[in-house]
Amino acid sequence: MQKGGFNFDLYQRNVELIEKNNYKVPKTTKTGTTIVGVVFSDGVVLGADTRATSGPIVADPNCEKIHRISDYIWCAGAGTAADTENTTGMISLQLELLSLSTGRSPRVRTALTLLKNFLFRYHGYISAALVLGGVDFTGPHLHMIHPHGSTSTLPYISMGSGSLAAMAVLETGYNSKMGEEDAKSLVHQAILSGILNDLGSGGNVDLCVIKHKSMEFFRNIDTTNSKRKFRKKLPYMFKSGSTKILEKQIKEKMEKMEIVNEKESQIEELEEL
Amino acid sequence: MELIESPLQDLKKEVSTGTTIIAVQYQDGVIIGADSRTSSGSYAVNRVTDKLTPVHDYIYCLRSGSAADTQIIASYVSYYLNMFSIEEGCLPTVKKAAHMFREFCYQNKQYLLASIIVAGWDEENGGCVYNVPLGGSIIKQPFAIGGSGSSYLYGYCDIHFKENMTEEEAISFVSKGITEAIARDGSSGGICRIATINKDGVKRRTIYGNELQKFWEK
Repeated sequence: MQKGGFNFDLYQRNVELIEKNNYKVPKTTKTGTTIVGVVFSDGVVLGADTRATSGPIVADPNCEKIHRISDYIWCAGAGTAADTENTTGMISLQLELLSLSTGRSPRVRTALTLLKNFLFRYHGYISAALVLGGVDFTGPHLHMIHPHGSTSTLPYISMGSGSLAAMAVLETGYNSKMGEEDAKSLVHQAILSGILNDLGSGGNVDLCVIKHKSMEFFRNIDTTNSKRKFRKKLPYMFKSGSTKILEKQIKEKMEKMEIVNEKESQIEELEEL
Repeated sequence: MELIESPLQDLKKEVSTGTTIIAVQYQDGVIIGADSRTSSGSYAVNRVTDKLTPVHDYIYCLRSGSAADTQIIASYVSYYLNMFSIEEGCLPTVKKAAHMFREFCYQNKQYLLASIIVAGWDEENGGCVYNVPLGGSIIKQPFAIGGSGSSYLYGYCDIHFKENMTEEEAISFVSKGITEAIARDGSSGGICRIATINKDGVKRRTIYGNELQKFWEK
């Protein structure tokens, strides 16, 4: 069977089912992510949507998909949330230890090698697709890492289910001489494109701009997609008196405790244990 | 559900360098060439891939098959080659590099999907090309082709290959081959990356998509 492109094999059957058999069209399930990275003249911009799903339910409408690997090396993750969070967490601590033992600030390339070797060992079973970006002393870097452990270094990257929608925006708008504002705007548009056009992405837009010795995290820079008309205001505030009082019980507060006997605990005692 | 899931399924597939790779011996060394497409199903994940991977100063490998497998193998071989050459105090031969690749590919053949061409220059033998295809066999050839696009090049290569070509002739041979394969193979595309390896080192060049020669088509 031909993969990719449009497949109209079931069109006839679907039309018949809906019209003649009164079939209820199933709701589309949302899974996936849109994550994007772009290199500009002074650094790197990473972007992500914020929807985390558990089957047909939005588990977290505003989760953080951009993870810290080190101060100026950040990583956006698509795939299984547990996998991306734990993988990036593990590599973040390995990188910190390495940086302390070598006495040098960490490089993006080191994080890349640690991540790819880790993922390769698990043959793609750890479903973490990552966009790794950062600025180290050698300059700005941006890499994509696939669950099987293959990597690519590119000036602009999109991953996740919304990557095709985002890539369309990036291919149109990218140019190698972009400045910070242009890059931020491009990443913003790319993520929005993923949120609007991909059934698997939604929520708000998160942006992370990394330059030499500087990192700015724009959490929820765009929340237009989350303005639900009939959303209940949180936290739940109930008017005083809304709950009927059935029974009253009054307990006296405990008296203040008096210090009767002071004794210094000795360290040896603890060691015996 | 089929309609919605197709593009998602593509992205879940393992990334492979469905590709065209060529290496050819010429007078002073070797010329190697490759296309630049890395695909995941029918989506081109990277359209400017560099499949010409250095493993040592004068030795390159051309990767085809699973992107992850070949990247890891190349980095292992590069590590061991560098260690050995430091210990021995001399540059490694292409034969050593090729046999190292073979050892990895053969001993782990159940787990790997890697078809590699090893090409380079060394002092004893000049330019050498070794083909290490899927099962882990090794064969020294005057020219080698690999990847999904190579199927369309066997006839072309058999007719146009000559021993002891000059650099221009060899580059023309390789670039025309890659162009032809890109035109006919869906899994190959993008730009044509070429490198010349001889005693003076490695010289890389790129032929962009719109500069690739058009044959009978206008």
